[in-house]
Formats: sequence, C-alpha cells, structure tokens
Amino acid sequence: MNIIVCIKRVPETTDADISIDKSGKDIDKSSLVFDLNEWDSYAIEEAILLKEKLGGTVTVISMGGEESNESLRKCLAMGADDAIRLTDPAFNGSDGFATARVLAEAVRKIPYDLILTGTQAEDDGYGQVGVVLAELLGIPHAAVVNRIEVQDKRLKVHRELEGGLEEVVEIDLPALLTIQTGINEPRYVSIMGIRKVAKKEIKSFGAPELNLKADEVGLSGSDIRLEKVFLPPVGEAAEILEGKPEEIALKVSEILRDKGGLS
Amino acid sequence: MKEIVVIAEHRRGELRDITWEMLCKGRQLAESAGANLNAILLGKGVNHLAEALKPKVNKVFLIEDERLESYNSETYERALVRLITERKPWLTLIGHTATGMDFAPSLAARLKMPLATDCIGIEIEGETCSVIRQLYGGKINASVSFVKQGPYMATLRPGAFPVLEKDPLPGEIVPLPSPLAAETLARRFLQYVEAAVAEVDITQADILVAVGRGIKDAENIPLVKEFADSIGGVLACSRPVVDKKWLPKGCQVGTSGKTVRPKVYIAIGISGAFQHVAGMKGAGTVIAINKDPKAPIFNVAHYGIVADLFKIVPVIKDKIKGLRKS
Repeated sequence: MNIIVCIKRVPETTDADISIDKSGKDIDKSSLVFDLNEWDSYAIEEAILLKEKLGGTVTVISMGGEESNESLRKCLAMGADDAIRLTDPAFNGSDGFATARVLAEAVRKIPYDLILTGTQAEDDGYGQVGVVLAELLGIPHAAVVNRIEVQDKRLKVHRELEGGLEEVVEIDLPALLTIQTGINEPRYVSIMGIRKVAKKEIKSFGAPELNLKADEVGLSGSDIRLEKVFLPPVGEAAEILEGKPEEIALKVSEILRDKGGLS
Repeated sequence: MKEIVVIAEHRRGELRDITWEMLCKGRQLAESAGANLNAILLGKGVNHLAEALKPKVNKVFLIEDERLESYNSETYERALVRLITERKPWLTLIGHTATGMDFAPSLAARLKMPLATDCIGIEIEGETCSVIRQLYGGKINASVSFVKQGPYMATLRPGAFPVLEKDPLPGEIVPLPSPLAAETLARRFLQYVEAAVAEVDITQADILVAVGRGIKDAENIPLVKEFADSIGGVLACSRPVVDKKWLPKGCQVGTSGKTVRPKVYIAIGISGAFQHVAGMKGAGTVIAINKDPKAPIFNVAHYGIVADLFKIVPVIKDKIKGLRKS
C-alpha cells in the first residue's frame, strides 16, 4: 500500500499568549513555537502503522516555506520514506481551495493507493483541503475518520459523528481519508531520530514544476480573502475568585454548597 | 429574486439542531436581502420532516430515493449538483458538522462555487457576503470576504446561531424526481455504531469535575479524580484527554461526546474550545480553573480561578475535606 500524507506546520497557540500583528490580518508569530499540526500527527502515524502491517511506502507532502522541512523531517523520523515540499512565493495567501489545487498537482506525479490528511488545521481550521483534494483527483473520500480496516482493494472506515455515534462506510481504493485526532497514539520522535534523517533529501517543487499558473494559486487563486482579525468579544465574563489559595478554596466550597447541594 | 437554500441535515428520522439554526439565520438573511428562503431535503420516507420544515421556508425541495436513505457523500453530491445547477441559489447554507464537513467542500469544488467553512457569523452586503470565522482554536476571530461574485456556499458552525421563533412562512413541499441512476458507488454506507456504554453516566451527575489538556500527563489524572471524589462529584474530561487515551470516551463532554447539565461544572485545565463548550453550556454553575487568563472558558464560566491547577486543586481538596469533617 503506497500512502501519501499531506501535512502542515503550524504555530502552537493552545497555551500561548497571542496578540495581533501590525498588518491586522494575523497574529504575531515571532515568539511562538511551531510544530506539526495535531491532526496531521495522527494521519502520519496511521500511514506508518498501515505501512508496517502491509508494506509499501509513505510519502509526506507539505505546502509551505523552507521552515516546513522541520515538520517533514519529523515525519521522516517517524517512519515516512520520502518528503516533498511545495514552495513558491505564488502560493502565499492560498485559501483551502487553492491549497488543495497545489497539492493535487503534486500528488498526480506520485503513484498512490491511499491519501491521508488531517481533518483540519489548528491555525485556519478550514476542514476543507482534504475533501477538495479528493474531488480534484476524482477519487472517493471519507472525512473525520477514526478507524481504518484494510480489506483487499477497499477499506472499511469509521467516521466520527456527533454524540459518540460513528458511521461505518466501505470505500474503494484509491481513496482519500481525513483523519480525526485520537485514532491512534502518535509515536514519540527523539532528537536522535531527527538527527538520523537530517541528511535525507527533501524534494522541492514550485508552481512551474507543477504546471500551475500564478493566477491559479495564492491569493489570486483563492475564493475567500481574510480582511482582518480581531479578538473574540468577551461574553458575560466570569467573576474571578482572587486571594490566597486558602481563601479561594473556601469560596469554592461555598459555591459547591449553595449551587451543588454539597453538605 | 435571490434564493437562499438550506440543506436540511437529518439523521435516523430526526432533523438535527443545526437545521433549525441555519433556517433561522437563513430567514434573517433572506429578509435583509429580499430573498426567498428554501430548504433541500434528501432522504427516504422523510415526508414528516418536510412537513416540519414547511412553516420555516417558502419551499421544501424534497427528493426521496432509497439510495438517499442513509447519508452518503456520493449520492448527496450527485443529487445536489443537479439541483443546485438547475436552481442556481445565490447562497447555499450547510452545517459545519461531521456530515457537512464530508460533502460541502467537494460539492463546492465540483460546482466551482466559493465556499467559506465553519462560519460563526454571516451577513449579506449588497451583492456579496461577508463571514466571521475563528482561527487558532477560537483564540482569534477573522472577518472574511468572498473574492468573486456569487453564488456562494457557506458552512455554519453548530450552536453559533440562535433559534428564534418567527411567524410561519407559507411553505410548500415540492417533490422532485430523483436524479440518481442505478450506478455503482465507490463509497457505501454500512451501519451506525453507538459509543460503548460508560461505567459511570456523566450525564446524571449533579457535580462534574472535568479535566483537560492542562493536566499534562496520565499520571496526574488521580489528582483530579481524588478531588472529584472528595466533593461527591463525577470525573469527566475534554477531547484531548480522550485522544491521548488518559480517560475513556464515555467521560468526554462536548460535540463528539456527551452533552451534560450538572448543577455545578468545574473545568480544570480546559481552554474552552467551542466543541467542548457546546457540551456543557447548559450547566447551572460553571467554575473554571486555568492558568491562562485569556482562555475562552472564562467567557462561559460563572466563576474563574486563574491559577496553576497543580497548586490550587490540592488546596481546594484539603479545605473542603477539612470543612466537611468539622
């Protein structure tokens, strides 16, 4: 089974104190740590698990600048065989659709049975690229997948629905699946592991190699445009309990008594 | 006259909440733009759903076919491509749900229609539309515009649009012939699988103590479990804790887990992503403990404690233990 995994390098913002940058169109990323998109870490792990079981190759592709090598190397260290970076100034500002178009041209050059992407990215959260990619390639897809069973020339996959419900579908190969978090336990990558793949070649393609015209990609190839970003309006903000830990604890016990019926 | 259509989402014989949310927002948009509001309902044996939709729209376009009995992206796309190509609605609204995320992007790509996903706001401005989306897990909002002229497609986030009562519209059910032919599908629906029944039913608890990513490691879970036990509460969690296999799926509060309404909900080390908040906003009183004062959970909580959970939780636990003994 030859598998392609599309990944993205994103800033870690969960625990970060973030602020809006001068352009007003993004956050200030200068002090942020970047890592492989969380959903993608499950997608690459799933690809490697399938390879370990069935043989074949795993090729990892990312659209982004040279800094994306960091995430591509992490995937190589996890067990991917090849890495491809799609870099061109013309790709800047691509929305979900334009990103899928770039990825589609790169994927067409490689033989594959299965394509995996994360269900969405932590940063822009489109949840769109994988499914559009499948449409552009003319292959079947299933989104929000949290279990895969391989059955000869087809897959049985579980899609995560709401409220704990799952939907089981059968899908013919070649196919594209967007992977949900929790499907596996992504393996730990040591610094030694990264070092081992430090010299491995990462191929790089730009718009000309992919036969893409400048107006098909980037901002001019996009359907939507971000105008400005702003902090979400604060709702009925919480009453912040202040004081020494002891005083806060007393307050919590009073709330539990009054509102929770704790005796 | 402009037309706005809502693709009705339903599962196992019931319309899902997102459908009413889209219809309510769609009505407001239609009124502001002088447009018609219609719904598209695909399924089999769903006439009762069409009847329910009727007072909310001008028309319900109903396609019934046994191949539409269970949702399948392929049959949905084939039916919708045909219908949307014929009717050319100016705006098509779809839920940003497990279903909508599965078919909206490919449908838009096939129709070459601009799509904005996971919108929490949408307004019509003259001949175009502007939407509000969230970035970075809800820490930042973005206003986004469409580059080209309509028609447009947007997926709306569940729970982001209120459902308000409005005067009924003179709805009409318009049955349409199914465009589906007897062709083989590359994707086939097999069955639904229910989540495994949990040991403890978190939906029945008066006091829930929910733990999130901030707990950092499986070995720290007992700290929160002991706290929950000491106040007669039940342990629950947010999605990352289940993804990392630190607690079972049955403990998960949120869109893909359980919806809970305890008297008191204590959120510990939970940032407050909308998927989580959707499952606990019905709680009577919410206390949030988080070291990040900007964490979105403080917008839904009644009481907030900005502190390191590893320092404050043991103190609260001991204090309450002491008080209950005396």
